[in-house]
Amino acid sequence: MKPIKVLKIAWLALLKNKVRSLLTMLGIIIGVAAVIIMIAISAGTEATIQDQITGLGSNLIYVSASFGQGRPGESMTSGGLVYDDAFAIADQINGVAGVVVEQSSTQTIKAGDVTLESVTIMGTTADFPSVRDMDISSGRYLTQEEIDRTKPIAVLGSSLAEELFGEQDPFGETITVDGSIRLTVVGVFEEKGMVGDVDYDSRLYTPITIVLEKLVNNQFSKFMGDRVRLIYVEVDETVGTEGERTLDDVIYQISLLLAKRHDVTLEEPDFVITTQQDIITTQESTTAAFRSLLAWVAGVSLIVGGIGIMNIMLVSVTERTREIGIRQSVGATPNDIRWQFLTEALLLSLIGGLIGVAAGVIGAWIFGQASGMRTVIVVSSVLLAFGSAAIVGVFFGFYPANQAAQLDPIDALRYE
Amino acid sequence: MKKKKAIIDGKDLIKIYQMGDFEVRALDGASIQVKEGEFVAIMGPSGSGKSTLMNVLGCLMSPTSGEYFLDGEDVSDLDKVELAQIRNQKLGFIFQSYNLLARTPALENVILPLFYDRTSLLTDEEQQEKAIEILGAVGLADRIYHEPQELSGGQQQRVSIARALVNDPVMVMADEPTGNLDSKSGAEIMDLLVSLHKKGVTIVMVTHDPAIAKYTDRTIHLLDGKVAREVINGKEQK
Repeated sequence: MKPIKVLKIAWLALLKNKVRSLLTMLGIIIGVAAVIIMIAISAGTEATIQDQITGLGSNLIYVSASFGQGRPGESMTSGGLVYDDAFAIADQINGVAGVVVEQSSTQTIKAGDVTLESVTIMGTTADFPSVRDMDISSGRYLTQEEIDRTKPIAVLGSSLAEELFGEQDPFGETITVDGSIRLTVVGVFEEKGMVGDVDYDSRLYTPITIVLEKLVNNQFSKFMGDRVRLIYVEVDETVGTEGERTLDDVIYQISLLLAKRHDVTLEEPDFVITTQQDIITTQESTTAAFRSLLAWVAGVSLIVGGIGIMNIMLVSVTERTREIGIRQSVGATPNDIRWQFLTEALLLSLIGGLIGVAAGVIGAWIFGQASGMRTVIVVSSVLLAFGSAAIVGVFFGFYPANQAAQLDPIDALRYE
Repeated sequence: MKKKKAIIDGKDLIKIYQMGDFEVRALDGASIQVKEGEFVAIMGPSGSGKSTLMNVLGCLMSPTSGEYFLDGEDVSDLDKVELAQIRNQKLGFIFQSYNLLARTPALENVILPLFYDRTSLLTDEEQQEKAIEILGAVGLADRIYHEPQELSGGQQQRVSIARALVNDPVMVMADEPTGNLDSKSGAEIMDLLVSLHKKGVTIVMVTHDPAIAKYTDRTIHLLDGKVAREVINGKEQK
């Protein structure tokens, strides 16, 4: 019998029982939609995290102090990073494009009649805009010379500028921090948005020397000296591409330099160096695990859908015993009957799959709109879900189809 | 007069059903011959084996032993697939309860045998034309797109007769064709079968109703799985 005819018979049979066909497909529809929505959510989450990580600036190396690694019996002051380490790295290591040191402090600030509490005052250095991928929208940024001279100036995040001065141009205005420190505004950053859970736009940026000398608690300051917790090193774009210097070489050079400066061995350093790539890798393995978990859950629902198809097909074979008998009496062979039911199961799962794909894509969009989470439709997940639906249909359709094919024509005709 | 060829030639047909520990000999050495163009009735009380004989002759099952030649072809020992093909090529069935596909137009029901015909050279359009023509011949020209539930019993039986004829069978098997009909429609169906017979169609009909059997040329009486007697044109034989 021609395949197109088998398809036609199966199609007509499904049309005759629209409601039952739809109910049968429900499992597949939900399964396929679940696969697509879940993978869309996890891919969306992944993409968001990816954006945040790259939003931090590319080619970054993080050098952080590891106080816990100090030798026993020594005071904390002998370990950790100091402000000058950053300049040593910038001056002495090849392949370093910029170095940023940050020290923040939370303060109440005042400008004219506007008073804002709990504003993050970010003490930082000259390379900050390039390392952090931030652009100045008006005015200028801080120079190294101003930072060295502890010049009381400030650059504002875009939303902070608007809160303090509204439409007015803040250039040259004075901001009072902590009641006594007066900073002159020299520039405003362009909007950056949230990176991770950090809102760069609501911050005030000032020379790190101001924060270290005037804002950090005095006692703490004496104890800590000009210690910093973290140095950001931006690597030159040529690193890793020209084959001469790799990222690992740069990291090794930094390690050697810091070990020498801190008088520690490379085996027991008092600092830790991580790269952007390390963070991305960790993040990727986490989201990959998350994604495969979701895929399994969705896969199980597909199998449940398949069992649903098998159930209904078995019922349908029993219900249509008489029809099978009639077909057999006019010459349908067992194979004709088997193919008819297998084709019905396949059609059910394929149509169910298609509806599921539509429901999944729409569902992912609605979910994204409703929850504010980002969802990304992954094409491979659509193909995977659709393909699985087809396989499930054939697999679970086979048993009922065989049952139908093995019916005896006389028994089938006599069936009431 | 030229000797007509035998459509049915069954010798010593035995059919044994195994029912648990004991066996039932539904057919116990029945021999039967039907020649081309004959209209034969098979009668017998219930349990006489007439249904079994009908199923064996209709190639719905194989006999346990015995020889059965249908249209000159040995069909006594065929498998399911071969039996299905024989039914498709050589036989047409008319059932007591019509056995039409529900919610399927008359036309589709009539085409069904052609649908399973692997040897058919007809295109879809030709199949349709043929089915429409036959529906017209059984008096349903204006009912071809009606579904069974929209048709009367007599009309449904006409559809099933059309279906039985569409593949140009060597023989039509009718199992109590008037059993579900009132006497008027029953008589109409019998008139239709008689007219088909006059056109040369070979018909074997199973019935328990002597009034219906009278429409035929010859009546074969079964008893206990054997042919008890035959009546030709009302005259007792053997």
